[in-house]
Amino acid sequence: MNQSTKTRNPDYTPQDATPERRFPLRELVLFGALLAAILAVYAVMGAAYSTRMLVEAACYAILALGLTIQWGYAGQFNAGVMGFVALGGFCAMLFSVPVNDAFWGTELPSELGRVLLYGVAATLVVVAATKLDRLGVPKKLRTLIAIVLAVVLYLVVISLLRDVTSQIQSQAGFVGGFGLPAWVGWIVGGALAGGVGYFIGHICLGLRSDYLAIATLGIAEIIKAFLKNSDWLTRGTATVSPLPWPTPGPSELGFTLARAVYLSVTAVVIAVIFFLLHRAYHAPWGRMVRAIRDNEVSSAAMGKDINKRRLEIFVLGCILMGLGGGMLGTFNSLFDPQGYLPLNHTFLVLVMVILGGPGNNLGTIFGAVAVYIIWIMSEPLALAVMHMAVFIGEGWFGWEPPRNLESRALQARVFVIGLLITLVLRFAPKGLLPEKIKTHG
Amino acid sequence: MNELVFFINNVVIAGSVTGSIYAIGAIGVTLIFSIMRFAHFAHADMMTFGAFMVLLLTTAFPAAGASIGVPTALVMLPLAMLLTAALAVGVDKAFYKPLRAHGVKPIVMVIGSLGVTLMLQGLIRLFAGTSGQSLYVDDRKEIFRIALPFEGVRAPIVITEPQIYLFVITLVAVVALHLFLNRSRLGKAMRAMSDNPELAQASGINTNTIVAVTWVIAGGLAAIAGTLLSLDVTFKPDLSFFLLLPIFAAAIVGGVGHPYGAIAGGFVVGFAETLAVFNWSVLLRPFRDSFPAWLELPSNLAFVGTEYKIVVPFFILVAILVWRPTGLFKGKVI
Repeated sequence: MNQSTKTRNPDYTPQDATPERRFPLRELVLFGALLAAILAVYAVMGAAYSTRMLVEAACYAILALGLTIQWGYAGQFNAGVMGFVALGGFCAMLFSVPVNDAFWGTELPSELGRVLLYGVAATLVVVAATKLDRLGVPKKLRTLIAIVLAVVLYLVVISLLRDVTSQIQSQAGFVGGFGLPAWVGWIVGGALAGGVGYFIGHICLGLRSDYLAIATLGIAEIIKAFLKNSDWLTRGTATVSPLPWPTPGPSELGFTLARAVYLSVTAVVIAVIFFLLHRAYHAPWGRMVRAIRDNEVSSAAMGKDINKRRLEIFVLGCILMGLGGGMLGTFNSLFDPQGYLPLNHTFLVLVMVILGGPGNNLGTIFGAVAVYIIWIMSEPLALAVMHMAVFIGEGWFGWEPPRNLESRALQARVFVIGLLITLVLRFAPKGLLPEKIKTHG
Repeated sequence: MNELVFFINNVVIAGSVTGSIYAIGAIGVTLIFSIMRFAHFAHADMMTFGAFMVLLLTTAFPAAGASIGVPTALVMLPLAMLLTAALAVGVDKAFYKPLRAHGVKPIVMVIGSLGVTLMLQGLIRLFAGTSGQSLYVDDRKEIFRIALPFEGVRAPIVITEPQIYLFVITLVAVVALHLFLNRSRLGKAMRAMSDNPELAQASGINTNTIVAVTWVIAGGLAAIAGTLLSLDVTFKPDLSFFLLLPIFAAAIVGGVGHPYGAIAGGFVVGFAETLAVFNWSVLLRPFRDSFPAWLELPSNLAFVGTEYKIVVPFFILVAILVWRPTGLFKGKVI
């Protein structure tokens, strides 16, 4: 975000301030090209496959909208989109999967609830210990007491929890779901992601902008590690499937139609988010947020509460990521914690946003769909190129290719994504559809 | 006493090993931070790159080390350091310098370095595959078992050959860096630039040279850290995101822009990790008889399981950001 020096018109009069409506040629051309690409994919790959691609692209568009709020509106860099997506997917799984009677029919739920209650009580005790100085205990002694209490109580609770969870795992497999409609899970996923975002943002947003990137990168790996290793909650690497859809499934309507119905649900969600964001962007709140991004000092001097606005933006973006992650997880009908990869769920979204145009919602949606099509199509392409290279190498030079060629060929996509990020940052830092900044004169 | 030996093996030695590696990594990160003012996310992949170069060279000349009596990988290390330093300077010229010339915010540099990290990852995995490989191609990893001269101690203290090299090389690197920063002209210029870039430039310091020197040092250190880590365990191409968090945590704990702080921070994070995954009930077991009857000791009394190790550096990071964002030793840039 470099500040371009704007030349000021000496004949400036306030009447000039209303921006003239220019013909949206760039938008029309880009979206026309996108439509042509989608139609081409339909013609080549068939309707069922292409509709699936579109639904996934739509879910990614929600993630990208979440990131464009954070990065485009406010200049916060979230390097852990994957974590929030995984949280959303986990909630969608937890709420929609049928009830597991092997767990709920036994005394295990009450055991688990008891341990969780112990945990809450232990937290309260520790919090109370940190307030001991109000009773006249010296501060150093209070800190010592609080830390010792925290360590001991933590160890007690965690070993109780380990017992219960291993019992759940051996007797019931896993906790199972709540058997509720999937959209409940999406909403809770959004709320949970927002809660985690609040925790991170509260700590990091007042500090250097790099710290937020480091912390989000960390929390994403932690969330993934937790979901992967908590077999009692998520079945871990054994994965949970199928996740029921909120719309009629493929068994009733056939693949194409069922996916099209799901697509319309995601389209409605995107439309609502888009409308709300559009309103917010042009409201005084949006102006204030952009003012903070562009010049922090002057907006602080105007009396704006910078840290609070930043936190709002960050939490809002995280909520959208959780929601999008939930919709993506339900659509895939599979909860696999190992399937959440930084490349697919963080950096792909980042490319969508910076290529499409950070801060421009339309550009972000364009970027999401366009990049996702390229991404999906690059997999067969990379393999084809690799096979050709092997063919040439074997035939002409007698080169013996390594065995795990497929997994290596896919690594080429990692390289391309990285190259794309650096090139866009250098040559088109505002994206294909730049944010429209109203200028006077 | 056996329990004590167990403690030494699992905490003191293991903690020093991880601590040294994090410390060397964190020095590089903190140097880049103090000169160029951005968090360099590609550092872990530079470590992997250095280790990969060693692997390639070792596979090419497997017998080079046997003549001197050290592992071949160590003989190849200086060459790999040069290559990694060249890579770091090249990456800076190709990707970071244009961004810097544009006058972008530091956070854009961070995103640029993430792009670089992905490119390096892609290239390394394309050529190295995704599975782990040992850096000991032709030679054997020596394991020393030191029996303690006490009654009733059966378990020996176990230390491996690469761990000893690791301690020695860490010490040498730290001392060399100290001498460089304090005695040499370039080192002093670097410190001046980290204090105040404008003033340094105005007093005739060539900032481009300083930037290049910083990358050379950071690249060389990254190659050392990556190689020693791979020697100790195995060479794994996909460690990067798991290494980044502890290294950044170490740099921030020590105070960003503070090389000695980064060393301390590395050991803090390394020991915290090993202490957190250590099963404390082993140490309490000898005193089991003196416990009251109602207290039954669980068999596993670790703070976190090994699979949650990454929580530890994150917890340290959060704690330091909440209580003392400038780090333990008062970093310069915040």
